Amino acid sequence: MSVLVYIDTADGHVKKASLEAMTYGSKIAEQIGTSAEAVVLGPVNDDLTSLGKYGIKKIYNVANDSLNHLDAQVYTKVVAQVADAAGAKVIVFSNNTNGKAIAPRLSARLKAGFVSGAVALPETSPGFTVKKSVFSAKAFANVSVNTDIKIIALNPNAYQTIATDGTAEVISFNANVDPPKVKVTNVTKASGEVPLTEAEIVVSAGRGMKGPENWGMVEELAKTLHAATACSRPVADAHWRPHNEHVGQTGIAIAPNLYIAIGISGAIQHLAGVNRSKVIVVINKDPEAPFFKAADYGIVGDAFEVVPKFTEAIKKLKGVS
Amino acid sequence: MKILVCISKTPDTTAKIAFTDNNTKFDGNGVQWIINPYDEWYSLVRAIELKEADASVVIHLVTVGAADADPIIRKALALGGDEAIRVNADSHDSYYVASQIAEVAKQGSYDLVFTGKETIDYNGSSIGGMLAELLDLPYIALASKFELAGTKAIVTREIEGGEETCEVALPAVISCQKGMAEARIPNMRGIMAARTKPLKVVEPVSADSLTGIQSFSLPPAKAGVKLVDPENVSELVRLLHEEAKAI
Repeated sequence: MSVLVYIDTADGHVKKASLEAMTYGSKIAEQIGTSAEAVVLGPVNDDLTSLGKYGIKKIYNVANDSLNHLDAQVYTKVVAQVADAAGAKVIVFSNNTNGKAIAPRLSARLKAGFVSGAVALPETSPGFTVKKSVFSAKAFANVSVNTDIKIIALNPNAYQTIATDGTAEVISFNANVDPPKVKVTNVTKASGEVPLTEAEIVVSAGRGMKGPENWGMVEELAKTLHAATACSRPVADAHWRPHNEHVGQTGIAIAPNLYIAIGISGAIQHLAGVNRSKVIVVINKDPEAPFFKAADYGIVGDAFEVVPKFTEAIKKLKGVS
Repeated sequence: MKILVCISKTPDTTAKIAFTDNNTKFDGNGVQWIINPYDEWYSLVRAIELKEADASVVIHLVTVGAADADPIIRKALALGGDEAIRVNADSHDSYYVASQIAEVAKQGSYDLVFTGKETIDYNGSSIGGMLAELLDLPYIALASKFELAGTKAIVTREIEGGEETCEVALPAVISCQKGMAEARIPNMRGIMAARTKPLKVVEPVSADSLTGIQSFSLPPAKAGVKLVDPENVSELVRLLHEEAKAI
């Protein structure tokens, strides 16, 4: 018996969201009196043994040329084989792009109850109930899982990573791997920048910026804070910024520690994508902007004056001029 | 080319979220119901675009729900589906719903199944993946672009901090998100035509529910915004550093 955590990688590196999933999985293992193990598919450059510090005792590594890119069908069959070998009772994914492709497939394959978007540890005595985000983060649901094997996809940034001491045993696992039916032909990445869904701080701007030529100050603020940049829907629809920066109900949902909204009024559809942020700062010249109601801190003022001053004040705090 | 588009009924994006029956049920009182935006704007409209490019494309819609889902299906038909199938069952367990759709998909032998990337109420992102596994088909989640190329499809999907373009042999299951197509509204001709398009109601097959919603809760209300003078921006930095510990 074990708790099995799926470790997701990008370019051979373990994703931050997976560190959260490992910490979360090891806490569940403690709760139900078993050990936490993990599975990683494809090429890995990081030192896997060091992942023991997130509470993982054993890591199954499956290396095979057919696993170099995600084909959810192929990956699912491999994870199912590892889950069987590990005697997994709970399988934890991050609810990120790859988790969303694999976890529901695995649920159907193993006929194991699946809760996606988990935000807290499950209640395990009695029963097994997981708190998840619903209604685009406007509410929570407590969902009971009725099957022997349970699958959980943990929302990114919903559970704090804890690193302690420990070393994981890494074993090379021989799985039957089907040839992929999905062939990846091109990968485009915003290089050197923080991926939006993994960013601790996000600086976002809206129509109040008046045009794409004024984004320099937004990017400067983001750079100063090591933050990712985002935008509202009208900005993406007007092609001022790329669509993959659009946060909100129909864009990307994020949950950073700090969300700074500049010149965004805060329509309910926008809030749906950002209201899991821990701290929200709103800069808007309209004191009636609905976003102030959802904010922790706010400045009623002209972004073109406030933002450069804000950047300078942060540089001063950080000791850079 | 036969495409099955999965449609779900959800509360409007601006609906007030409240619960009844001791916080065990969503309070639908006064709520306007819409087609789940991901199902409508991205998967259905992209399917319609494919049909516009090639008149031989046939679009079937499927939903799992009670008769109160019919107005939503008629609206989807008004946008451009050819016929619709409603599985007459009410369930919030994704495995149960996926099992019903899988049965419809098997009987219709489709080349392509589209779902939205998630519903805006339960945010499960589950149906597409489960369906693909039940049908033993390839699955691409979170697609933002989709082109047909003979018996293959060229699909762009979201990855953390970027996107990936892939080729997949059909049949396949695709979950759709922003980028696939632009939102449309039905025109009068579509609305008139939808009245006579077939809406077939079928009874559910026997399937298990693997999960159940026990209760709902609302997040605690925010303490209220702390406003800082625009002439004193360094105070905001101090608060974020010392009080919120966010920078």
